[in-house]
Formats: sequence, C-alpha cells, structure tokens
Amino acid sequence: MLVYTLKRLLLALLVAMTVSAITFSLTYLAGDPAIAMAGETASDADIEYIEKLYGFDRPIVVQYFEWALNAFQGDFGQSFYFRIPVADLLLERLPVSMTLGVSAISFAILLSIPLGVLAAMRPNSLLDRLALGISVVGQAMPSFWFALVLIVMFAVWYPVFPTTGSETWLHFVLPTIVLGYYATPAIMRLTRTGMLEVLGSDYIRTARAKGLPQHVILFKHALRNAVIPVVSLAAVQFGFMLGGSIVIESIFALHGAGYLAWESIGRNDLPVVQAVVLVFSLFYIVLTFLSDLLNAWLDPRIRVG
Amino acid sequence: MTTTIANRGLPAAEDIVGPTPGQQLRRRIFGHRGLMIGGGILVIIFLMALSAPFLAPHDPYFQELLARVKPPVWTTGDWKHVLGTDQLGRDYLSRIMYGAQISLLIGFAAAFISGVIGTTLGVAAGYFGGRVDMVVTFLITVRLSMPVVLVALAVVALIGGSLTVVISVLGLLLWDRYAVVMRSATMQIRQMDYVAAAKAVGCSTPRILLTEIMPNIMNNLIVVATLEMAHAILLEAALSFLGMGVQPPLPSWGLMVSEGKDYILFEAWMITIPGVALFLLVLAINLVGDGIRDVTAPENRN
Repeated sequence: MLVYTLKRLLLALLVAMTVSAITFSLTYLAGDPAIAMAGETASDADIEYIEKLYGFDRPIVVQYFEWALNAFQGDFGQSFYFRIPVADLLLERLPVSMTLGVSAISFAILLSIPLGVLAAMRPNSLLDRLALGISVVGQAMPSFWFALVLIVMFAVWYPVFPTTGSETWLHFVLPTIVLGYYATPAIMRLTRTGMLEVLGSDYIRTARAKGLPQHVILFKHALRNAVIPVVSLAAVQFGFMLGGSIVIESIFALHGAGYLAWESIGRNDLPVVQAVVLVFSLFYIVLTFLSDLLNAWLDPRIRVG
Repeated sequence: MTTTIANRGLPAAEDIVGPTPGQQLRRRIFGHRGLMIGGGILVIIFLMALSAPFLAPHDPYFQELLARVKPPVWTTGDWKHVLGTDQLGRDYLSRIMYGAQISLLIGFAAAFISGVIGTTLGVAAGYFGGRVDMVVTFLITVRLSMPVVLVALAVVALIGGSLTVVISVLGLLLWDRYAVVMRSATMQIRQMDYVAAAKAVGCSTPRILLTEIMPNIMNNLIVVATLEMAHAILLEAALSFLGMGVQPPLPSWGLMVSEGKDYILFEAWMITIPGVALFLLVLAINLVGDGIRDVTAPENRN
C-alpha cells in the first residue's frame, strides 16, 4: 500500500506540474503580455517599464518557476482589475463554488443511485426505461438552456426560488438541480450495470437461498460491491462540475469562483483566470488521488497490479 | 421413409438458407428504433443546413427594424415570419436554418481534429505499450485535470473568437475519450492471432496498424466520434452563449439563446426555439451513436 501510495503521489505531482506549466503559458498565448497591459498606444519606454516591473524581461523558465512556487504557496499575484491579491479573491469566492459543487454532487448521487438500483432490479421495466430516458435527455439538453427554462418556470411563472445571488440556501436550489442533473446519467448507468453484474453472482444466490429479505440483499450485500467504481466516478464528476460551474454560476449570478473566472476573462484579468484554472485542476488531481487510494484500500488487486 | 417426408412438400436442405450477412446487417439497422429516429432527425437537420441558401425565407442577416421580436405563427405571429423575428428583426426560421450549418460544421470539424489526435495517441499507446503507453496515459491524465469550459473560454478570449478558433480549440481539447477508447480497443486487437500472423509473415508496423488494427477498431472510433461531435456542439453553444465563442452576427444557436435571454420573461419562445433545435440535433447524434454501437457490437454478431 505504501509503495502504491508513493507511486500515485509522484504521478499526481507530475500532473500538477504539467498543468501549472500549461496554465502559465496562457500568459504568452495572446502575444507579449507587457504590450497587452500597457495598451496599444504605449510608448517603448512604458512597455520596458512594465516588463521590468512584472519581470517579463527575464527568461520564461525563470518566470514559470517563480510563478509556480508562489502559486503552490498560495500567492497568485495581484489581480489587474481589483488591485488586490488574487488569493483573497479566491478565498472569498471559492466557498460558494464548493457549496454548489457539494450540493450538486449530493443531489446527483441521491437521485442516480436509487434509480440505478431500481432499474437493475427490473431490467427493461417501465422504470428502467424511465431511467434511460432521463439519461438520454440529460446528455442532449444544453445546460445553459435547461437553467433558463428553470428560471422561466420557477421564478417567473411560479416564483418559488430566487434566480440571482447567493445569499440564502434557496439561491442554490436551481443551480444545484441543473449542475447535479448532468452528473446523473453517468452515475446511474454505472450503478445499474454494477448492480446487474453483482445480482447475477453466486453470493447473491446464496443470500437469496438463505431466505434473506430483498432489501437486505439489495442494500447490504449487492449495493456495497456495486458502488465501489461509483466512488471514483463521483470524484471525477465533482471535478467536472467545478469546471461546468462557470456556465451555471454566470446564469444565476452566483458569485462563486466560476463566475469570477468568467468576469475576469471578460476583463482580461489573466492572473485571476490562471489561478482559477490551476485551483480547479488541483482539486481534480487531489480528488482522483484520494479516490484511487480509497479504491486500492477497498480492492487489494489494484495496489498489487 | 425420409424421402417420403421430403417429398411431401417440405423444402429441401439446400433451399433453407439463412439471410446473408448483408441482409442481417440491414435488418439490424432498420429494426433499430433509436437508430432510425436519430438518423431521421439528423438527415432532416442536415438537409436543412444544406438547403438554407435556397429554402430560407429571408436573409438571416437582414434587419427588419420595424418588425422586431415578432412572435411565431402559432401564438400571435403571421406566416411572413413563421418562427418570428429576433431583437433586431431578423427572421428566426432563416437564422435557425443557417445556424444548423454552424453547429454541424463545428461538430464534424472538431470531432475530426480531436479524432486524429486521440486515435494516434490511443493506437500508439495500445499497440506499443511500455513507455509510449506511460506517456500517453500521462497526457490523458493531464488533459482530464484541466477544466474544459474554463480553458476553452480563456483561450478563445485571449486569441479572439471566430469559427476557426472555436473549432481548433475544441479539437485540441476533446481528444481524451478517443485516446482512452482507442487504447483499450487496440490492446485487445493486438492479442489476436491474425496480428501475430501478420507479424510472422513480416508485415511492417505501419501496415499492421493500417490493415489489421484500424479496420477492427473502426466501429469504436465511429461511436466515440458521434459522442465527441455532440460534445463539441454543446460546448460551442455554451461558449457562444457566454459570449466567448462564435461572434455575432453569425446565427449560432447558442448565441441565439444568449440574445433571447433578455426577453425570457414575456417571449419565452425566443430561447425555446434554438434550445429545442440544439436538443434535437444532439439527441439525434447520440441516438445514432448508440445505434451504431448496438448494430456493430461484436456480441451481436452471429
């Protein structure tokens, strides 16, 4: 287990390094950052001054390592727009995104695991078809459009939920439904196939032969084994949700990190954009690392192979 | 005894021939409801996109400023603008028809670029294994760690939004699923006896890859291509909706939803029509992809 943990940790670090290098390279994507900051009409002296001030005149490798070392210590530089440290902005906005992400993944799990189990109990039944229908529709419906439809329904026709802001838990209901809905198909299908496989196995037949009640067989014996792969999928989906939160947060004006990133992209506030990209990626890397460890702990075959 | 039975009008053995493989395939295709429905919708949207220059009732860019935000014909509108007009008085039906061109172009082109990248990486990893596999797996992990929407938005905003930029960015971002699927499919095919036989008679590696491996992973490739096409279309719509994708005045469906969202309180049809168009297109592509998988799946072959 220790060897596996160390190997996996090394991989996570390498991935984090590569991701940070790609994120850093965004600075140079649009051309010379000094010219971009100084503006079209700036004189050569102005540009040179900015190059010195921000250190753009040094070799790129040096700039990258300085940026990466600072970033891993929580220093993402200054926001061009707000003129305050990016880290402070993130600390203010991240809790909103996290609340949204956690509630959305919880919603998805609470919806998809029972549906997956029920669908697996009676394959090809009406309920199974309904579950399939939910996932087919979920994969084809644009998330921003679904969000707008919910706004029209629950804020205009039947004003139950507020549509903008993040002050109370009510503000999170509609965004949670939209974001959670998109993780539902994948988790539901994995639960269903896992359950079908497990329900056909010998130990379930033994449990049935012993005369155990259906709910004990389903939830105590079968589901436990069927949800192991769901754990890692949920981790992956949570990472995707953070990325997808940018669309949802901007529609509901939920002031989270995704919304901050979208605003900052519009304002050319590159340090903030880079920080959000890096933080979201790191979340994904840490989550998949933890879920791999959990899987290795649950299933000894993984850590040996 | 047997001859008498045979002579009583029962067909002779040579007359009982099963359907040919071609007939079986056709039966599976035409008997697959999802594939037929999806294929039907896709053909309609495709024809709509192709025929837009001839059949569209109006110029999609012409602004009839005296006829702004006119509702579609089934509410209070008239037959001059069947699906109504947008906030600048442009005919909605014409814009939907031209918008189909944009969605289909982006879907095909992005799925093609990412397909070339992902298939190359995946097949190389699956066939050569070892270090190549390690590097490719690492690249896939890195790619999966980066939030797609955010990176695409940032890159498009930095370079400047245009059709070419959106296609290239999506093509360069969406290759991960190809690589994953092609890698495991190639690993399975590599174990086959006919690959070993081809090696034994001295076929070169490129020849084995092109004539032994590729034809046998083709069905997987097509299925992933449909998924990624749908993915690219939805992402383009989301990027355009957020204002960092296809730029106005191009009639992108995502952009149309974005332009209509100021009117959702009273003119909900303005977002409903392009939204339904997007939904139908992506649904059709997904149904076709699932159908191709069902029809060509090895376990269904006799």
